[in-house]
Amino acid sequence: MTYTKRLDGRALNELRPMKARTGVIPNADGSAEFIIGKTQAIAAVYGPREMFPKFKQNPRSGILRCFYSMMPFSGSGERIRPGTSRRSQEIALVMTKALEPVVDLSAFPNAVVDVFVEFPQTDAGTRCAAISAAAMALADAGIPMKDMVSAVAVGQVDGTVVADLTYDEEAYDGIVSDIPVAMIHNTKELTLLQMDGEISKAQLMKALQLAKEATEKIYAEQVRALKEKFAPDQRKAGQSEE
Amino acid sequence: MTGLLVSERTIVVPGEALADGMDYLPGDYTYRVGEAIYARALGLVSLAGRVLRITPLAGPYVPRFGDKIIGQIIDITMTGWRISTATAYSALLNVKDATTRFVRKTDDLSRMMAIGDMVVVKIVNVTSQRLIDVTMKEPGLHRISGGRIIRMSCQKVPRVIGKQGSMITLIKDKTGCSITVGQNGLVWIRGDADNERVVEQAIRLIEEKSHMEGLTEQVDAFLTKHAKPVVRAPESERQFAEQEEMPEEPGEEGSEREREQYTMGEN
Repeated sequence: MTYTKRLDGRALNELRPMKARTGVIPNADGSAEFIIGKTQAIAAVYGPREMFPKFKQNPRSGILRCFYSMMPFSGSGERIRPGTSRRSQEIALVMTKALEPVVDLSAFPNAVVDVFVEFPQTDAGTRCAAISAAAMALADAGIPMKDMVSAVAVGQVDGTVVADLTYDEEAYDGIVSDIPVAMIHNTKELTLLQMDGEISKAQLMKALQLAKEATEKIYAEQVRALKEKFAPDQRKAGQSEE
Repeated sequence: MTGLLVSERTIVVPGEALADGMDYLPGDYTYRVGEAIYARALGLVSLAGRVLRITPLAGPYVPRFGDKIIGQIIDITMTGWRISTATAYSALLNVKDATTRFVRKTDDLSRMMAIGDMVVVKIVNVTSQRLIDVTMKEPGLHRISGGRIIRMSCQKVPRVIGKQGSMITLIKDKTGCSITVGQNGLVWIRGDADNERVVEQAIRLIEEKSHMEGLTEQVDAFLTKHAKPVVRAPESERQFAEQEEMPEEPGEEGSEREREQYTMGEN
């Protein structure tokens, strides 16, 4: 085991500093921002609204549709081509699949709820940040949901199981694996589980155990942010004084 | 741990446990798993007897029978008008539900109400697939002319109206504007141009602080500070104004159109 001290000095189970906010896009029906370390996700929810193209309508239930997009300047300096790519379409799909189990759109037949997630800045763990932000934005939009979904990446860097990998850790010279995990809070069901790289069975089990603990911390931040919007804090009081 | 896990009027997020045990019953926006009751939406907890329910703080409008809504005419069909309702679903207004007069098959419906016109209508039927029928054949339902229309969260509509209409009466009295609140969150304000803006600001204030107590006092203070004092018209004129406020048939412009149409039908 050569990787004993993490590159940014965090404890093995420690997440990057988090900051979450809701209602960041006033035009949207619901919105949220989720920042973890240098990864920053902004999610906006529109709907339920009429589904176009019409042949995609489902008369039995509303449809959840996600969009994932990194801004051109969001990476490490290389310009990222805007618009959809193979990668962004895949991530949009796994986001949809991660959120669908908790979102209840049975009251909105033929309609669609659109979730847009944009990244002004990225440093690994974007699909997890996207899911965490989207879950908050959906709750903020008042969409019926049976629970919250919280997501975080866990993995193994050169033999050491760690939580919330940065890009530098993913690119570490050695055997690395990166496992994004999304979890429903109450039931602890997994709604997203992907993996890059290699990991042993024993370490995978250890990593998933760590994910359970790590998503709890994400959940706590999500709940804090959702409730903060309605707390009679200084910011709100200052606005009313005008 | 049994019984109530949260106190009344606290804010809960989806999936938060509200109560444990069979002493309580799940109401609106809650669900039961095993013996526990959980929240299904972001909102305030309220308890009525044994029934736990959530008052959502945000969320889409769900069309219901008997709701008065404001919509825009988006299309004209063979038998009536299609109206957008600020939801994912449009509503149908049949000619027979729009007027008591006889309308010929060949008449041009756009002469009565054109595409783009705003209307106040009442929902008379909603199907499981959210097909909506509306009517205009009741007092207070009509085509809108003048003033401005703003959009607010439909979940905050009850607060804007207040208990027995206390809040809306307060705003109307202080600003002299006529206000029609649609259950779908569209609000029609007509009156003095400056006061129309004050009404909009007051509604935004209510939206922002809807979950807090003592809101009426805050709005009262806001209106006293910002609203232009209402100049009361002499008694005779005021009666006229009140009549004009809620015309049963479309306003002057509309009746002119109808006359035109009537002569056309005779030809």
